[in-house]
Amino acid sequence: MDLFKLISEIEQVDPEIYGRIDTRRRVFKHFGLAGKAVTAAVLPGLVSGIFQRAYGQGTATALPTPVQDVLNLALSLEYLEYYFYDSGLKAAGLIPDADRPAFVTIRNDESGHIKVLRGVPGFTNIIPDPTRAAFDYSGGRGTGLGPFAPALVNDYALFLGSSQAFVDTGVRAYKGGAPVLKQNKDLLEAALNIHSVEARHSSHVRTVRRGLSAGQSGQAATTVAADLNNLSGKTGRPKSWISGNDGGGPSPTTNPSTAPVYAAGNPATGAATAIFYPAESNTTQAGVDITANTAGIGAASASEAFDEPLDPASVKSIARNFVAASTALFL
Amino acid sequence: MTKLLLPPEPADKLTSPTSRRSFLRYSGASMAVGGLLLAGCDDDSEDSNNRIDVGTGDTGILNYAYALEQLEAAFYVQVKAGQYYANASAAEKQIFDDLALHELAHANFLKAALGTSAIKALEPDFSTINFNEKNSVLEAAQKFEDLGVAAYNGAGRYIESDVNLLLAGKIVSVEARHAALIRDLRSYNKFVDNDVVVLFTPTSATSAPGVGEGTGQERSKRPNQVVEEANVYLKEGSKISANSFN
Repeated sequence: MDLFKLISEIEQVDPEIYGRIDTRRRVFKHFGLAGKAVTAAVLPGLVSGIFQRAYGQGTATALPTPVQDVLNLALSLEYLEYYFYDSGLKAAGLIPDADRPAFVTIRNDESGHIKVLRGVPGFTNIIPDPTRAAFDYSGGRGTGLGPFAPALVNDYALFLGSSQAFVDTGVRAYKGGAPVLKQNKDLLEAALNIHSVEARHSSHVRTVRRGLSAGQSGQAATTVAADLNNLSGKTGRPKSWISGNDGGGPSPTTNPSTAPVYAAGNPATGAATAIFYPAESNTTQAGVDITANTAGIGAASASEAFDEPLDPASVKSIARNFVAASTALFL
Repeated sequence: MTKLLLPPEPADKLTSPTSRRSFLRYSGASMAVGGLLLAGCDDDSEDSNNRIDVGTGDTGILNYAYALEQLEAAFYVQVKAGQYYANASAAEKQIFDDLALHELAHANFLKAALGTSAIKALEPDFSTINFNEKNSVLEAAQKFEDLGVAAYNGAGRYIESDVNLLLAGKIVSVEARHAALIRDLRSYNKFVDNDVVVLFTPTSATSAPGVGEGTGQERSKRPNQVVEEANVYLKEGSKISANSFN
């Protein structure tokens, strides 16, 4: 039996064979994992193992529960964002014409992410579409009376602020989920390819916020400087990246507050080799003090250069403020 | 039959990425030529194009990132020395001041994390970029930032340690923030566009979420592709390869 001839022949009828096995390079890893020496005696078992992995997983075999939990949390956040932007676009006169294309793009991206997540092979415990009714973007847990209520009515600054908070929570959540998804490389890459798009959204929303606070819109919004003294609050001028804790974000003094979006998760500290979830103001990475390691860099820039992950419990506690009390989302 | 199998070598040798690479070269060749069987694993880490190979495992990926961050950091040093920056608005100056510091922080951090395993300081070749001209600078900045995002995303699958994966994640979203802003500077509302993100189009205006064409996902790139794009901006003797990540 010539294994490579066999695989090559399978390739004729199934061009995806290498993708199923986990890339050409990884074919070798299956041998490496098998033990110290591959002998004729163990070969048949090895081969069957490879093909079981290639053709078993994804169709019949469900992904491990922790992976499905990460996917469902991500999916819930995508629905939270999708219905937020969709509602914003439906609110007459809320979003200026110059900015509408961006929010259509963002809404559509979230829709694509929902499609991607729902289509993950082996994702069997998918939450149903919670529908718009599950969410209360006022932050009132279903009363509609929370402090963010005007965001979807007539307060564009508040809309942008809420938008920033949602998307930054999403970026932190995907980052926090990456190690759990790592066991499935294709799934990890898919999540990373969503994660960076969420960060692009955040960057744009922050740019629009700067423009709005200066009374400028459209292309002119990009010519407004950020203001380190005025990062937070509804009319803040944040950078396109998170500086320190962003002063608690767009609405630090309300209940719910946006401060937890930029604050530490749990555990907040740990050894350089451990996973932990510091606040966005963190300036030490893997035991390296960024402010000391690079001449001329202050704490603000050192924190800006690195975004921080957030653990699922902290993500859920933030998101729970924006769903009706009766839903099972973010429990 | 036993000839096609790996010779009984120690397990650590078998799992080393260099051996894996050789193995696959053989496997690819044997499929094409038919008669060539795996005779052994020669350990050839030298590169026929005299390139600097980033190495293997997490060290290799961190060096790969270090190479790209060096390139970006060097680029912004040049930007800040050019006429475009000198005449730019306060907002643009601040953006480039931030970008320069972020990329330098990334490069220095990776160098510190790698310690003695770090590749040498690379010499860039930015001769195709006109640092006195806004469009030339912004176009190049966009290219570097988008490439960085695609590179980190495409390299995630090769990272073995959870901590390193998170570190890469902490950097890539910042690169994405940079890329989006540079894109907005060039053309407003183009912070995502079809060249870097597979845009999603709903089937209709009333489609349920998730119903339509596309994915809304970044178009990540594998190291072999990224290396080719980065090498355009590196001098001979400073060009890189990432041979173990294919």
